[in-house]
Amino acid sequence: MTTDEIRSTVLRMLGEIAPEADLAAIDPEVDFRDQLDLDSMDLLNFVIAVDEELGVGIPETDYPRIGSLDAFVGYLAERLGVAA
Amino acid sequence: MAEFVMPALGADMSAGTLVEWRKRPGDPIARGEIIADVHTDKADIEVEVFTSGIVDRLLVEPGQKVPVGTPLAIIREDGGAPAPAPEKRGPREEAARILASPSAKSLADELGVDLAAIHGSGPKGRIQRRDVEAAARGAAPPAPSPAPPPAAAEPGDAQAAMRQAIAAAMARSKREIPHFYLSESIDLSAAMAWLGHENLTRSVQDRLLPGVLMLKAVALALREVPELNATWQGGSLVRSDSIHVGVATFLRGGGLVAPALHDADRQSLDELMGAFRDLVSRARAGRLRSSEMSDPTSTVTSLGERGSESVLPIIFPPQVAIVGFGRVVERPWVSDGQVLVCPVVTATLAADHRVTDGHRAAALLTAVNRLLQEPEGL
Repeated sequence: MTTDEIRSTVLRMLGEIAPEADLAAIDPEVDFRDQLDLDSMDLLNFVIAVDEELGVGIPETDYPRIGSLDAFVGYLAERLGVAA
Repeated sequence: MAEFVMPALGADMSAGTLVEWRKRPGDPIARGEIIADVHTDKADIEVEVFTSGIVDRLLVEPGQKVPVGTPLAIIREDGGAPAPAPEKRGPREEAARILASPSAKSLADELGVDLAAIHGSGPKGRIQRRDVEAAARGAAPPAPSPAPPPAAAEPGDAQAAMRQAIAAAMARSKREIPHFYLSESIDLSAAMAWLGHENLTRSVQDRLLPGVLMLKAVALALREVPELNATWQGGSLVRSDSIHVGVATFLRGGGLVAPALHDADRQSLDELMGAFRDLVSRARAGRLRSSEMSDPTSTVTSLGERGSESVLPIIFPPQVAIVGFGRVVERPWVSDGQVLVCPVVTATLAADHRVTDGHRAAALLTAVNRLLQEPEGL
């Protein structure tokens, strides 16, 4: 899996959680929870989807590291051992 | 014989549109089973019956909007005369009976997807929104442009209708209910520490959210102040034996609903978390059940981690109380003469002064606070 594939997978998952969102308009450097108006339940569902699809369990202590799309993709790449 | 009538799915509902019958004359139906889908200004609702028997007659056609209380069907209760054999259904009737959620139908119309060509993944093959999305993704060249949806299906209209429904209910509440408010700052150090440790030991799927602790604490506190677990009907207080906590849930298209978590005080935290997730998911997918809309005996609203520090909520009539939780923030907190930095939440109770006073209302918040100091006991 490449970082581009991780990014597209993450965007697809976000689209399933916030189907009304314009994913193309997401600023990758800004907290996506703010941009998509995700609440704690949405975030939990998102983290569950990541765990089930990519096999990456994200501890709550890592939540501060996954705020923006870029940060999240980087985090997953690191966890999956994918070269940036 | 029992009449099944258009139910009142909230104080703000005066009429509803029958979207689809799930049963036909001659079909058996059990208490709690879904008989129809109904569209209200706030949501599409799966309507349950509270009588077991045989569906005798359907009195209203899909698409008809009728006032609350209008008889929709006749159900022959258990023990009644045998039902006549249902008529053989023609292909057209079979097509009309395609099981699909209102949301799926709406999306299918929008995308020009033929529901008859989809195998539903829901119970009994019911077509879900995701099935339509999958069919649309897999569809080879798009079908000719579908006819434009009727004006009533426009998202803007639906949002406007929801805002009007909320406006009507909240205006009525503020007009009729003499609200008073009490607030309590609650140190969540114990609750957050317990939760953090607990979630470390759990799989991602089994994690608990802070909100579920607050819901359970309110549900248990309502046992101690039962006059706030009640409704105001016909000029008097009607207490409820069960504690069905309404959960204010914002909807992505705009607006909010507050469906019930039934028997919230009797569920374990795991059960409550599962029910909470399911309820929010179905609320946002337009798949709530009628009992969830009509049964709340008190409500909790939480602004979560991204909201303001406190909320002064408005009571959902005919309920008599609502508890609002603000965002959890770190604050200086004095404990045993020491100033500490603690996670703190402001809980605000709005109560109906016709049924209770400040002294009793304060007892509810005090109990919520006490219960949250011992999260392992929730």
